[in-house]
Amino acid sequence: MNEKTMYELRKIGFYTFIFIIVVWMGIPLIVSTLYAFGLPDEYYNPHRIIPFHFTLKTVKMLLFTLGGWDALKNSVIVATLAIIISFILGLPAGYSIARFIFPGKDTIKLGMLALKIFPVPIMAVPLVMLYIRLHLIDTRLGVALAHSAGALPLVVLITASIFAGTSAELEEAGMVFGLTRFQSFLKITLPLALPGLAAAAMFTFVGSWNEVFAASVLTFSHRTLPALMLTLMQTAPDYYKFAAAFIMAFPAMIYVAVARKYLISMWGIALK
Amino acid sequence: MVEVKLENLKKYFDNGRVKAVNDLNLTIRDGEFLVLLGPSGCGKTTTLRMISGLEEPTGGKIWFGDRDVTYLPPKDRNISMVFQSYAVWPHMKVYDNIAFPLKVKKYPENEIRERVKWAAELLQIGELLDRYPAQLSGGQRQRVAVARAIVVEPEVLLMDEPLSNLDAKLRVTMRAEIKKLQTKLKVTTVYVTHDQVEAMTMGDRIAVMNKGHLLQVGPPTEVYLKPNSIFVATFIGAPEMNMMEVSVKETEAGIALEGEGFMLPLPSDLGELLRNHINKTVILGIRPEHMTIEGVSTLEHVKRAAKIEGVVDFIEALGTDTIVHTMIGGKIVKIKLPGHIPIPIGEKVKIIVDLDNIHVFDRDTEKAII
Amino acid sequence: MAKKVSKYVPYLLVAPALIYLGIFIGYPMIEGIKLVFYENGGFSLATVHRAINNYYFWPALRNTLSLVVIIVPTQLILALIFALAMNKVFKGRNIALTLLIIPMTLSDIAAGLIWYSILSPSGFMNKLLINLGLIHTPIQLFGYQFHTREFIMLVFVELWRSTVTIFVIVLAGLQMISQEYIEAAEVFGAGYWTRLRRIIIPLLKPSIQTALLLRTIYAFSIFGIVWVLVGRDIPVLAGEAYYQVTQIKDYGVGAFYALLIAIMSLTIGIIYLRLTKAEYLEVRR
Ligand SMILES: Nc1ncnc2c1ncn2[C@@H]1O[C@H](COP(=O)(O)OP(=O)(O)O)[C@@H](O)[C@H]1O
Ligand SMILES: [Mg+2]
Repeated sequence: MNEKTMYELRKIGFYTFIFIIVVWMGIPLIVSTLYAFGLPDEYYNPHRIIPFHFTLKTVKMLLFTLGGWDALKNSVIVATLAIIISFILGLPAGYSIARFIFPGKDTIKLGMLALKIFPVPIMAVPLVMLYIRLHLIDTRLGVALAHSAGALPLVVLITASIFAGTSAELEEAGMVFGLTRFQSFLKITLPLALPGLAAAAMFTFVGSWNEVFAASVLTFSHRTLPALMLTLMQTAPDYYKFAAAFIMAFPAMIYVAVARKYLISMWGIALK
Repeated sequence: MVEVKLENLKKYFDNGRVKAVNDLNLTIRDGEFLVLLGPSGCGKTTTLRMISGLEEPTGGKIWFGDRDVTYLPPKDRNISMVFQSYAVWPHMKVYDNIAFPLKVKKYPENEIRERVKWAAELLQIGELLDRYPAQLSGGQRQRVAVARAIVVEPEVLLMDEPLSNLDAKLRVTMRAEIKKLQTKLKVTTVYVTHDQVEAMTMGDRIAVMNKGHLLQVGPPTEVYLKPNSIFVATFIGAPEMNMMEVSVKETEAGIALEGEGFMLPLPSDLGELLRNHINKTVILGIRPEHMTIEGVSTLEHVKRAAKIEGVVDFIEALGTDTIVHTMIGGKIVKIKLPGHIPIPIGEKVKIIVDLDNIHVFDRDTEKAII
Repeated sequence: MAKKVSKYVPYLLVAPALIYLGIFIGYPMIEGIKLVFYENGGFSLATVHRAINNYYFWPALRNTLSLVVIIVPTQLILALIFALAMNKVFKGRNIALTLLIIPMTLSDIAAGLIWYSILSPSGFMNKLLINLGLIHTPIQLFGYQFHTREFIMLVFVELWRSTVTIFVIVLAGLQMISQEYIEAAEVFGAGYWTRLRRIIIPLLKPSIQTALLLRTIYAFSIFGIVWVLVGRDIPVLAGEAYYQVTQIKDYGVGAFYALLIAIMSLTIGIIYLRLTKAEYLEVRR
């Protein structure tokens, strides 16, 4: 009986703890979403804890008058470019590290590991001078280049481990049957590696999508979403802040809801 | 040491959809080496885990002596276990692995040192104490797992296929060593395996399981010579026991078994056992080693024999033995003969059957009649 | 002929990535050093003086370091508890898990603004507490006169946002620990705490190490969340770098702050790697 009570108590304790986690994580997301669509009057009404009446006005204003929509497009373009660039450069390097043995390979791997944890965006400060000279300042390509440099070491390491995990034997079997190494790679290895590469791409995308320091320093009119909000929000009225939070958080929430299973294992491994 | 008693033990998974263990009744005697034998997926590990306390039974009881341990957590049971994958902790040196059970039970430091040394020497891993598991071979890791399991002198020692990850040669040596160790320590042991040779050579008694049910318990020779069901008969022994459908006939000379292309007259004592089955189909089972070929080899200690005719179909020469595949009325029957036997394929032979070692099973219940 | 080409293939495949990283990480480093120490055609410490004597510099350095020291260890403990809880099977696990990892894909700007809806003077928390009759006037958290409150709030929001990084790494590590290791400890008499202390945490050591390293280095460049919530009330190094570049256009001072962050990150990286090697991983093979 005593054992059973203890067991029940522990169970209640556990669920209380889980409940607290859920509230702690969930309430801010719900409240900010409601506030994003609440009427400004209700926000300033001290008796309306949660708005009753909703409007799209603030979100629309932020998107279409204050440049949010363009910034959102910029963010997508920059993140996509970052994926393309880091994959074009990273894929061959990762493949080479996984498949070949050559002098200097360990040094390169170690360098990639070190750069993975290096705060690349902070290097945007000295990069400004170079960008001015190259006319890359205030361009989406410029930001994408910086972001892809940040993501590249990780892409190399992830793709290397993915290719190391797909059997070289399969590829060699393809070569035995008359394919060149490149054809063999395209037809056999790449399809096998696709899920892992997709994860690496998502990782790069999210990293670029959320990066604010380099994006703010390297642009002044072609802002990505976080960079735009960073400047706008310093002077914006409170209810615009909630609309901004929603515009940025909504894609993230959808993304997590869709890709949750993937995220934990892949992110856990990618971050390591 | 202690006697372990399982009473109507049950374990269901997935809300009763998977019945891993069904109404298991089994007593493991004090100091006994009991082997739990069965094909993979039959519920051996589940049974062992219930004895260890890692798995809570769906129903039934587990007794250690007169102590009801059914719902006791593992740490309160005074047991030890050797896991299939050894579960030797990679972050601890061999010494710390072996010392762990002692440290947890708060033994004094000097006694820990002595006991670890004793266990390590017993298993001949005294020089490895300062190494990490990653630096050991599979066989050495296995020894560490065994040393860790015996270091506290548990009341019950549980082993889950401890040899299945070793290569064939090492398995044979370890078999003998574990058996000797257990005899020395006299600890009540439950040893799980799917390997019938292991079971035959190691167990004081064997408990054969299939599909969550316990089929037969007994000393190895008994389970081998007197299998109580078709499953036990075919699972134990290699090559497998020959099984033939035959019908029971009453002839002037007594009761006989009629199969495809042969007639096997039975001595009256055996025949009487089949009186209820006259004109019915039953299953006849004969082990390959309980037959021989006339003029080629003789069976020792055979009191009563019968002859049937067959044609040599194929020869498997194993060096020490020869397995002769003979065709009897359209069915292959294997015969195991000692030594190297050169018989031409296609030759007609007379097969001598040791009638005191034939088995007859009911076709529907699959239980033994003889 | 073909043989000869293939010898260079590995290098040809790696070269573009290396050159690229050289341009976008190596070159700015050199450029940065030039910006800091090079003036009017010669070596000069003028920029360094300007950077160090800036009114905001020492507070920024102190704040950055305090934030790191307070936030990272706290979130390690939180993440461990969360991961241990989430590694169990229970009803509602998926919802809890989804909520816990949402901040992973959330920018710090968004996280800051989300919490602003709770913490602002007319925000959810104040209105709730007033309507419950627990307080009469809103709790003020913003404004430079509430420096300490702002700091605590930053810690709190940053815990909410970035604990997930450690959580995910530790959970992935936890899921890779063979259940048999833990069960073996259980069989040999270890209770929950012993299993945690002697088996689980040591086996998680590599995961914990990487997580700590990553979080510490990210935390050195903390910027967006500070900027949207409290601006320069609580100056931080990356914020000052941003301010110098975008507002003052003093690239030299900005580069100095950026290089300082880079150097601190590298140093921590090296120290971590030296101090926290898991010995049993090293001896493999
Ligand atoms: N945790 C579990 N959940 C669901 N089914 C299980 C679980 N553990 C074992 N089973 C099932 O129970 C049966 C017996 O398993 P087990 O005891 O491991 O067999 P054995 O050790 O004899 O190979 C199998 O069908 C297996 O799939
Ligand atoms: Mg098993």
